Amino acid sequence: MADSKEFIAGVDSNAKKSPRRIVFITRRTSAQVKVDTEDQVQTFPEVLFRAAVAIQVLAIALVWIALIFNAPLEGLADPSHTPNPAKAPWYFLGLQEMLHYFPPVVAGVLAPGLVVMALIVIPYFKVNIEADGLFLRDRQHRLSIFYAVASALSIFLVSFKVYAALVPTLIMVGLMLIAAQSSPQSSSAFRRYLAARPLSYWVMTWFLFELVVLTAIGTFFRGPGWAWIWPWQGF
Amino acid sequence: MATVKTADRYFDDLRSTRVWRSVFRSGTGSSTLHRALAIQQNVFLHLFSTKVRTRMLSVSATWYLGTLTLGTFLILVATGIPLMLYYHPSAPQAYADTKDLQFVVSSGMFLRNLHRWSAHAMVFLVFAHMFKVFYRGAYRTPREFNWVIGVVLLLITLLLSYTGYLLPWDQLAYWAITVGSNIASAVPVMGNKIHFLLLGGNAVNANALLRFYVLHCMILPLTAIFFIAIHFWRIRKDGGLYSHASEPATLRAKATSSSTTATEGQ
Repeated sequence: MADSKEFIAGVDSNAKKSPRRIVFITRRTSAQVKVDTEDQVQTFPEVLFRAAVAIQVLAIALVWIALIFNAPLEGLADPSHTPNPAKAPWYFLGLQEMLHYFPPVVAGVLAPGLVVMALIVIPYFKVNIEADGLFLRDRQHRLSIFYAVASALSIFLVSFKVYAALVPTLIMVGLMLIAAQSSPQSSSAFRRYLAARPLSYWVMTWFLFELVVLTAIGTFFRGPGWAWIWPWQGF
Repeated sequence: MATVKTADRYFDDLRSTRVWRSVFRSGTGSSTLHRALAIQQNVFLHLFSTKVRTRMLSVSATWYLGTLTLGTFLILVATGIPLMLYYHPSAPQAYADTKDLQFVVSSGMFLRNLHRWSAHAMVFLVFAHMFKVFYRGAYRTPREFNWVIGVVLLLITLLLSYTGYLLPWDQLAYWAITVGSNIASAVPVMGNKIHFLLLGGNAVNANALLRFYVLHCMILPLTAIFFIAIHFWRIRKDGGLYSHASEPATLRAKATSSSTTATEGQ
């Protein structure tokens, strides 16, 4: 190995908080401490205690809900009698709403398959690691791509008469246009916030918005024959 | 203070007994070492780090969504096992058993209610957890693979909820599963085969009920536990709970932008 004079040794002085650390520093590097170790707590008991309290609060809330509201139970399953509408569990009603507009292979297989694929690959694409505002660099080029994608998506949704998905899309496009006209020097805090959002934020927020809107429509606004109803009309 | 010390001493006495020491190897005492050992020497707790950054304990950092999701899972296991004692996965007996749970079994109604609302809560919390992690940017290197495991757990959660949905064998269950499983038929080429494999027939019937029961009570929970264990373990292996201000890149940027003297971590 190297000559023993090639490094110097030091001891972490904060021995009360963390186990003692001995550091070896080679001659060529600076021995300056640039960053302090961050304040930490022991998992046992501090963190476990907090987790237990959080789970207790959740359990109490759920027990209250279980005491007050009864789980639904309808008549015996009857293959010869189809209820109208026949609805999937609530978390699939966004999908069922899509099935109303698109053929099953698109809405039931392609779309959810692409969503799952997109979710899985998120951390592996540089575009999702970037934390700079979408329109802060390369503005003209990015704006033209944005216009092309936004109009293509809107035309696609209009041509299939998917107005339920069009409205959230247009709201997101509006917000992105505001973001494009804003900068970190804008006077309003909201504009500064929008200007700093990266592309991944916009795509995910659009997805979340569509998910919530489509699920809500499927749950509350669809009646017999999947026709539009208002929640207070009942069916 | 005095009473706390007394209670502590009783606990210390208990911890120093031979039987306790044979079970828990961390030993008596409340030094940092002993607290670290309490985590490290426990087969379940050693999935976690022995220390956590103080800033990650604030509610705003995580909203405790991962913890709460685990909480719903534990409630679901605890209520699901007693429910299994009163349930036969056969048509139409399953429906009669569900009716019995509602009207005959002591606290059966409460068990079923708690199981069902907790299931809905778990689906909601898993989604909320995913979006919170995304918006915090906590999927970034080196945590990519834990994000992927999270997506797998999301799918397992949906399948768990979906398979459980059929078990009461009422109209709501039957037609929800019919609508959902028909989507499988839309898969090109393989569609009808997958549909048949899922249901054990061409329509939702007694075979489908049995398959969903086995998936719901055996296969999917075990798979979930397997992936949950990896998910927790990876938090430790990937450098603890993500905190943007503690990332090496952030720290380097901060260190170079400030003066050459030592800088204070927040």
